[in-house]
Amino acid sequence: MSAVDVRNVSKHYGAVTALDRVSLAFPNGSFFALLGPSGSGKTTLLRALAGFVEPDEGMIFIDDQDVAHIPSFRRNIGMVFQNYALFPHMSVFDNVAFGLTVRRLPRAEVRQRVTKILELVRLDGLDRRKPRELSGGQQQRVALARALVTEPRVLLLDEPLGALDKKLRQDMQGELKRIQRTVGITTVFVTHDQEEALTLSDHIAIIDEGRLIQVGEPGDVYDRPHTRFAANFLGDANFLSGSVRDSGIMVDRLGYIATTSPLPAGEATIAVRPERIRLMAPDTATQDNRIEGRVAERVFSGASLTYTVDTDAGPLRVLRQNADGDVIDIGDRVALVWLADHSVVVED
Amino acid sequence: MRIETRRRWAIAWLTGPAYLWLAVTIFLPLSAMLYFSFQKKGPFGKHASEFSLKHYEAFFTKGYLQDLMWRSLEMGFHVTGLCILIGFPAAYWLARRIRGRWREALFLLIVLPFWSNALVRVFSWTIVLRPDGVLDRAVQSVIPGLPAIDLTDSYPAIIIGLVHSYLPYMILTCFLSLQAIDESLLEAARSLGARSWTILVRIILPLAVPGLAAGSILIFVPVIGSFFEPRLLGGPKGTVIGTVIEEQFTVVSNWPLGGALSFILLAIVLLILAVAAPVLKNHMRTT
Ligand SMILES: Nc1ncnc2c1ncn2[C@@H]1O[C@H](COP(=O)(O)OP(=O)(O)OP(=O)(O)O)[C@@H](O)[C@H]1O
Ligand SMILES: [Mg+2]
Repeated sequence: MSAVDVRNVSKHYGAVTALDRVSLAFPNGSFFALLGPSGSGKTTLLRALAGFVEPDEGMIFIDDQDVAHIPSFRRNIGMVFQNYALFPHMSVFDNVAFGLTVRRLPRAEVRQRVTKILELVRLDGLDRRKPRELSGGQQQRVALARALVTEPRVLLLDEPLGALDKKLRQDMQGELKRIQRTVGITTVFVTHDQEEALTLSDHIAIIDEGRLIQVGEPGDVYDRPHTRFAANFLGDANFLSGSVRDSGIMVDRLGYIATTSPLPAGEATIAVRPERIRLMAPDTATQDNRIEGRVAERVFSGASLTYTVDTDAGPLRVLRQNADGDVIDIGDRVALVWLADHSVVVED
Repeated sequence: MRIETRRRWAIAWLTGPAYLWLAVTIFLPLSAMLYFSFQKKGPFGKHASEFSLKHYEAFFTKGYLQDLMWRSLEMGFHVTGLCILIGFPAAYWLARRIRGRWREALFLLIVLPFWSNALVRVFSWTIVLRPDGVLDRAVQSVIPGLPAIDLTDSYPAIIIGLVHSYLPYMILTCFLSLQAIDESLLEAARSLGARSWTILVRIILPLAVPGLAAGSILIFVPVIGSFFEPRLLGGPKGTVIGTVIEEQFTVVSNWPLGGALSFILLAIVLLILAVAAPVLKNHMRTT
């Protein structure tokens, strides 16, 4: 059963189409990432779930209930805003307790639940502080605790880690994952950071210009991107285009590239991830796809090296683990080899 | 430390003129008045300067002066209270509900009274409030046969005139603090289950306290010292401490008494601010 079901939702702002007939089902207990470039409509979709944006068309179901006429304050959602939106005049305790006191729960229960959730986000002892006396990471935790303490049906996070520096961000990613797993809450999570989407979520939806491009588990979306955009946005990709022949394409000046994906008739584009290409000596014989080229550029990034190889069909990027410390010199001739399985046919 | 001394000189040079200006425009006249308030007689006529506390004593011995002071304070509370009751909702409406061009137009309407002469404004009210005046006729045309409305020379007339004059301060200060409230705070509250009323009481009002406080001070202080609105709109009933002080200077030429009463008024204002300050400070610290 899906906790949240979005059916054919559209939203227009004047001439701008923020959401274009989006249909998405968020499974119960899933950690769902909405990934897309700036302005693609991620926030709009999240706000539509929260009830801050009214869709022009389509329907949203939370627990199989149409929420069109249910205002935000009765939707039983928890939301964490990009700027945290902590109440500046209240202490950490009062911030977290807000959702409970609004529901008029007895004082003792409020205290007990706030204490428990502050422990969960590892903020015990800071409950008397004011938000501005906290670091960015701590504010983030307060926002999370405040959203979780009411035990909402869905947790909505709008780029919750966007304002943190890289190290803290990685720590908080771990924390977020741990907390989500502990609570087991269905979580929808907006980000434009593909790495964050891959590490945190168990489902990814890629959105571009208000349209849903692809949904699936991170591994599937990464290995089998449907479009050139998806291939490029989630990870890096090399593209080769040519006319379809047998189970592969003929690329101009390069020759035949085989694939195992189903092919359309006529022209097709194939995507190959840089790390799926192996660099070999120029005369290596192989059954796999093989192109020759000359190393044009080498970028060192610690654990790995990225080579740009000039081929007859233009430059291709190859990622190579820095496992044995070997490097290939610029100007060397190499063979680029990859499996037909790793040639993914994408739509343009 | 050479740099330290250089810095001090620079600060003195930069801030000096401002302090000098303050000294000339505020401190000098005020200290002259303080001096007179402790004199037996005013600066007119040929008599030696003679120290005396009798004008301060007068306030504490003459009951009617205390009554008038009390009346002025009461007037200050009434006007400030009404300005909050009208000004806060108006500012809220302007800050949170109105967007774009309309807001500018409404702002113009609000500050318009500032551009007209205060006396003209007050006289206009006398026309509106007198029997068979604008208000009376308007009411009669809606409910005919009602007894004539005559607010001439009455306390309500004074209050109406003062509220009209000072309301813009409250609207502007409240507008500023309401505008500064981040929309996402309200959305956060709503997502946590709060309805509009709860959001108003628990989020918006507390965050607007600095604006309410600033507006209240800007209104309360001049209102308790006001004199021509009470006189023109209240007539014989419009005697307050402000009119008495003004008469000491313009009619009876008793500068020392006028000065003494002014400083007592000032002391009361400072006392009220001192009582309110810790509460406000505590609040400001948290926001
Ligand atoms: N209230 C609004 N009024 C007018 N246009 C809006 C409004 N909100 C969003 N838009 C437009 O809708 C589109 C989608 O915006 P949205 O905020 O959903 O993007 P986003 O994917 O969250 O981007 P980002 O990653 O930059 O936050 C944008 O073109 C934006 O300009
Ligand atoms: Mg956004």
